[in-house]
Amino acid sequence: MNTGDTAFMLIATAMVMLMTPGLALFYGGLVRSKNVLGTIMQSMICLGVVSLIWVLYGYSLAFGPDVHGLIGDLSLVGLHGVTLSPGPYAKTIPDLLFCAFQLMFAIITPALISGAIAERMKFSAYLLFITLWSTLVYLPICHWVWGGGWLGKLGALDFAGGTVIHINSGIAALVAAIMLGRRKGWGRESFHPHNLPMTILGAGLLWFGWFGFNAGSSLAAGETAALAFFTTQVATGAAVLSWLAVEWMIQGKPTTLGAVSGALAGLVAITPAAGFVSPISAVIIGLVAGGLCYLAVLAKGKLGYDDALDVVGVHGVGGLWGALATGLFASLAVNPAGANGLFFGNPHQFLIQAIGAGASILYSLILTTVILKVVGLVTGGLRLESEDEIQGLDLTQHSEVGYTS
Amino acid sequence: MKKIEAIIKPSALEAVKDALNARGVNGMTISEVKGHGRQKGHTEIYRGAEYVVDFIPKIKIELVVASADAEPVADCIRKAANSGKIGDGKIFVLPVEEVLRIRTGERGETAI
Repeated sequence: MNTGDTAFMLIATAMVMLMTPGLALFYGGLVRSKNVLGTIMQSMICLGVVSLIWVLYGYSLAFGPDVHGLIGDLSLVGLHGVTLSPGPYAKTIPDLLFCAFQLMFAIITPALISGAIAERMKFSAYLLFITLWSTLVYLPICHWVWGGGWLGKLGALDFAGGTVIHINSGIAALVAAIMLGRRKGWGRESFHPHNLPMTILGAGLLWFGWFGFNAGSSLAAGETAALAFFTTQVATGAAVLSWLAVEWMIQGKPTTLGAVSGALAGLVAITPAAGFVSPISAVIIGLVAGGLCYLAVLAKGKLGYDDALDVVGVHGVGGLWGALATGLFASLAVNPAGANGLFFGNPHQFLIQAIGAGASILYSLILTTVILKVVGLVTGGLRLESEDEIQGLDLTQHSEVGYTS
Repeated sequence: MKKIEAIIKPSALEAVKDALNARGVNGMTISEVKGHGRQKGHTEIYRGAEYVVDFIPKIKIELVVASADAEPVADCIRKAANSGKIGDGKIFVLPVEEVLRIRTGERGETAI
């Protein structure tokens, strides 16, 4: 047990927790004012639901003793046996602290999906959806990569959750956006953001919290944490600039929403690579992420699905790029516990990364589809009644309004 | 008595208010309104999606003056709000039948 590591991880865990309210503000500002509270609620409720799942059975299924590489067993149900001594995953901090750190990741992942179904999903259906999705999609994939499952054993590198969190939620978002259908008035009415300063505040909290997310994923206050901290910053800065540059060229104006969207794209892309690549590689990963995600967001309009707040374009595409880029840029010179990527003479690593990404995409795609079908049947439809959608989530789902005039 | 309704650019409000105060006009009501005339709207871009915004923010000033003052006050507003560009707004002058001061019950021009 190391008190320095423990202190660092306590703070990192709290910082990752703050990302979920940050995401709530980020999404909240992007919707119309009649949906601001309902949208914020979709993130906040994950802090409740997933915390409970985690204690009851979630941690056990994700990090319990491995069953055939696919899932953890039920021996840690109710956190039975999770102690204040160091456990199998982190040798210098209390096992319970590792459990808490991982909980924060499990909380924000379903919350990310809410951006795709914004402004039109029933709260009851959403609640059931995140419960089932966390259980049947997040926990297994988390186990595959980090809990001693088959992808981890294969050698897939995912420093802080590119595959587990971003590809996974991005694909679920795509499925959900298609299955829920477009918002009323899509293509005719304007859905412009009602409060961009709120979105920017949320992006700031996300960026700040992300240092806990990435640096904390080293699980110790050491060299790798410093590396992950630094690569997170420079990749994100680079992505801000590249998103704006491409936007400026195509659209004629650099926008503030573009700046914070670029930041998010950069944060997502560097996540799997943060502790495995050099700062210069991180800059390249960020530069590509900003431009690529902007183009992915533009493509949405042509493809015709209503991923309201661009979860697919930012998290799906950014996460996929990050996972593959880790297979290109990873270097044993910066982290001996990692691997060399394609550009450092090991093309095999790129293949492994592609397998990891592909498995996550396929599994998330199929399971999310099935879960949404079931939720729709159980709750009598995923969507709000037409009249309720016009009135907005705030009033119809929560009997509140965000703003009085 | 006449009522003057002026729709102006929000940015012109300070100048108009100062000009009216300098003329001794001692009351006015303003509201934030949206609309368009020949200026039409503008385009906003969010993550690559372009929206044409038809109604743009304006300020409406309402004040009531004695009939003889209507012409010079309207002119005063026009001069202060004039930037020479499209979208500066419009001024309407309407007849007013009666004015009551609620506190005292005074009527007519003395109540303005």
